[in-house]
Amino acid sequence: MRVRDFEVLVVGAGPAGLAAAHAAASHGAKVGLVDAQLRAGGQVWRHDLRFGAPKRARVQIAGLAAAGIAWLGGCEIALAEDRVLHGEGADGPMSLRWRALVLATGARELLLPFPGWTLPGVTGAGGLQALAKQGWPVAGKRVLVAGSGPLLLAAAATLKRHGACVFGIHEQAGPAALRGFAARLPRWPGKLAQAAALRLKLFDVPYRSGSLVVAAHGEESLREVEIETRTGRRRIACDLLAAGWGLVPNVELARVLGCRLDDSGTHPHIAVDDDLRTSRHGVYAAGEALGIGGLDCARVEGAMAGHFAAGAPQATQALRWRRRQARAFADLLRRQFALRPRARALAAADTLVCRCEDVALSSVQAHADPRQIRLVTRCGMGACQGRVCGAALRELGLPAPSLSATATRPPIFPMRLAALAEACFHEPSQGEV
Amino acid sequence: MTTRHDLIVIGAGLVGAACVEAAAAAGLRVAVVESGTIGGGATSAAMGHLVAMDGDAAELALCAYSRSLWERWADRPEAEFHRCGSLWIASSEEERARIPARRAELAAAGVDAEAVDPHGLYALEPSLAAGFHGGLRVPGDAVVYPPRLAWHLIADACRDGAELFAGVRAEQLTDDGVHLADGRALRGPVLVATGAALPELLPELPMRARKGQLVVTDRHAPMVRHQLIEMGYADAAHGSDAASVSFNVQPRPNGQLLIGSSREYDATDAAVSSSLLQRMLRRAFDFVPALRERRAIRAWSGFRPATPDGLPYLGAVPGRRGVWVAAGHEGLGITAAPGSARLVVDAFLGLRPALDLAPYRPDRVLRAAA
Ligand SMILES: Cc1cc2nc3c(=O)[nH]c(=O)nc-3n(C[C@H](O)[C@H](O)[C@H](O)COP(=O)(O)OP(=O)(O)OC[C@H]3O[C@@H](n4cnc5c(N)ncnc54)[C@H](O)[C@@H]3O)c2cc1C
Ligand SMILES: Cc1cc2nc3c(=O)[nH]c(=O)nc-3n(C[C@H](O)[C@H](O)[C@H](O)COP(=O)(O)OP(=O)(O)OC[C@H]3O[C@@H](n4cnc5c(N)ncnc54)[C@H](O)[C@@H]3O)c2cc1C
Repeated sequence: MRVRDFEVLVVGAGPAGLAAAHAAASHGAKVGLVDAQLRAGGQVWRHDLRFGAPKRARVQIAGLAAAGIAWLGGCEIALAEDRVLHGEGADGPMSLRWRALVLATGARELLLPFPGWTLPGVTGAGGLQALAKQGWPVAGKRVLVAGSGPLLLAAAATLKRHGACVFGIHEQAGPAALRGFAARLPRWPGKLAQAAALRLKLFDVPYRSGSLVVAAHGEESLREVEIETRTGRRRIACDLLAAGWGLVPNVELARVLGCRLDDSGTHPHIAVDDDLRTSRHGVYAAGEALGIGGLDCARVEGAMAGHFAAGAPQATQALRWRRRQARAFADLLRRQFALRPRARALAAADTLVCRCEDVALSSVQAHADPRQIRLVTRCGMGACQGRVCGAALRELGLPAPSLSATATRPPIFPMRLAALAEACFHEPSQGEV
Repeated sequence: MTTRHDLIVIGAGLVGAACVEAAAAAGLRVAVVESGTIGGGATSAAMGHLVAMDGDAAELALCAYSRSLWERWADRPEAEFHRCGSLWIASSEEERARIPARRAELAAAGVDAEAVDPHGLYALEPSLAAGFHGGLRVPGDAVVYPPRLAWHLIADACRDGAELFAGVRAEQLTDDGVHLADGRALRGPVLVATGAALPELLPELPMRARKGQLVVTDRHAPMVRHQLIEMGYADAAHGSDAASVSFNVQPRPNGQLLIGSSREYDATDAAVSSSLLQRMLRRAFDFVPALRERRAIRAWSGFRPATPDGLPYLGAVPGRRGVWVAAGHEGLGITAAPGSARLVVDAFLGLRPALDLAPYRPDRVLRAAA
């Protein structure tokens, strides 16, 4: 068991976490940066085996050592106790003590159930993008990208770059919503340029708005995708369907740390004040875990949180305005790409909503009590512990399978039993031997 | 407005649910009151091992009787019944020497068991660590998934006319029924099956919560075939140590493993205790070293309803009119649910129960206190 002590510990090495670590280190703090991935970069800057990472990312990642930041890659934090986190890295279990903690745990993709979504060949949009970057062969494959939001464009661009034949992007949001979005875009000149650059990369890929994927067909694996537009339905033959419906903040670690979550929206996110403080003393948060905000937002918030965590609040003055701008842009995105009710009604009675335990929608609908769902159907009891099905059910407006209100069920992520047993805990209560 | 029922069952854990089933089958007009989630109490935390536990004649008799009644539920898919058998493992010559006596005790209760020599032990379970001294195999034991069954038993009874009062607490027993927290009153004889919460309604019956923890792994190729238990388990279960762990691992039909178990008196916090978890896992590695490499997907805790002598309260509550009890099965309530339900409902109906109820009657503690 390795035990390490840090003045500032940052969990998550996406844009937010990288910025936080650099900001904190700039004040001389002893900083640790931990991520489940072997390489830093997070989602957007995920290392691309063939094309590397964008320059901005490379500079920050390569600069970790020079900044004196301890890089702890490949270690998923699975347990949290008072001022110490536990995980397992390549060299075995690690315990990381902190004086200030920055949660930059990012977001994951929302997967919505629709008939056929579990067929081999159907993936998430960000999921397929990540696979391509990791070297999974997509070259020559006929790929359809569908769902909602700007991630579809980013995914399509990556897939194309890796040689996939992307022959359509189907956005569920209607043309009116997209026009509204385009009209407001000039308020964020940087975004306008980004959008234009993406469009250019995808100049030969048809982009269809108001176009909803309603089913995937095939026996053993995907053969055809069924698309619904105002004018009717049609089937399109393809090899791969990359379906992305949006993003969901990763709040599991915050929850076990006892940080207050904001539950007012469809999916919970970490609640913070203007100084990015969570409800738990010494714990800050930044990036997508605070609600989907995008890359720029993640970078600004990360830097702010790093300064705060290092006890240098004055350094955040210039960043506050940029944060407000970035969050305003995120709000616009959320409104314009909001899922239409039709997109939430795709799953049929026999469509699986929980892939870990093979639970169909109708089984879940038989119960109103979220805990009863879990106990009777086992939905959410599998390896993902409700991360996938829980988010999907919330999106469908159904009660998500939950634990009892007080229950904590360590570990947050699957952990080797040996590591679980080794994680050296202090005695939480006196009654124990 | 009050409604009259032939029997009002309070608590829909597996014990209460089995009582509802038995009463409804006897043609009674049944009400069931559950304040939380059906099967959401100890029933949801249990390992679901149907085990003929020896060491105490009355306990064993109830387990054996109940295990035979479980056969009626074995074909219900929601029970996830899997007859993997139990294999008790002897860690020393001394434990091995006790096998014939334990076998005889089980046989006297009608439970088949066979002694296994060290060679046979490793043939049955090759993943066991070296150095064990043999074991005792009980082929009729099984594993189940209790909370789903509890829900289905209640749902079936409701289809046959039973009335469920869900999400509402039974607040107080009255002379002729029970007051619910939402102001409603139900009239009729009452059967209290509230597990560890029993003292809230029946303070005269002592009950302590004995916390236990379990870990479940992700799915994997089978590593063990039987529910494995160390022979010292019964000593730990029957002992009164403040906190103890013993080795207990269960293969689920889907390839998951359940690993137990711990016992802790007077812990009120439901949070998983990491130090006990650690002891429990280390104990498990001593028996099956390859467990170290399996991945835990979650750990949880639950509270066993424990009476002072370890036996449940089954029967009429002395000093109260029309009040019956079925609670306090500690670590055996899943095994003992159908048997307990049948015994209590038979006694309630004035029929002769299959077992002599004397050892389980609640008046034993009241007599002891007097
Ligand atoms: C699949 C996917 C693909 C995306 N692709 C793009 C894209 O191409 N372009 C774009 O602009 N945006 C993309 N996004 C949006 C992306 O969320 C943001 O642009 C940006 O990456 C957010 O940065 P962040 O630092 O907040 O979080 P992330 O980049 O999500 O970083 C969070 C990091 O925290 C780590 N982590 C989380 N929990 C733990 C734990 N318990 N222990 C250890 N480490 C942990 C994760 O491994 C991850 O590396 C994508 C999002 C997803 C989910
Ligand atoms: C970790 C662990 C492992 C176990 N493993 C096994 C095993 O392998 N085999 C085995 O046989 N047994 C096992 N047990 C024991 C078994 O779980 C219990 O003995 C059994 O579940 C008790 O069932 P019950 O119905 O009496 O109680 P519970 O399941 O607790 O049900 C009582 C119900 O009453 C409700 N209630 C309480 N008060 C009120 C009120 N005032 N009004 C309305 N409703 C109320 C509760 O909400 C609850 O649903 C284990 C227990 C634990 C904790």
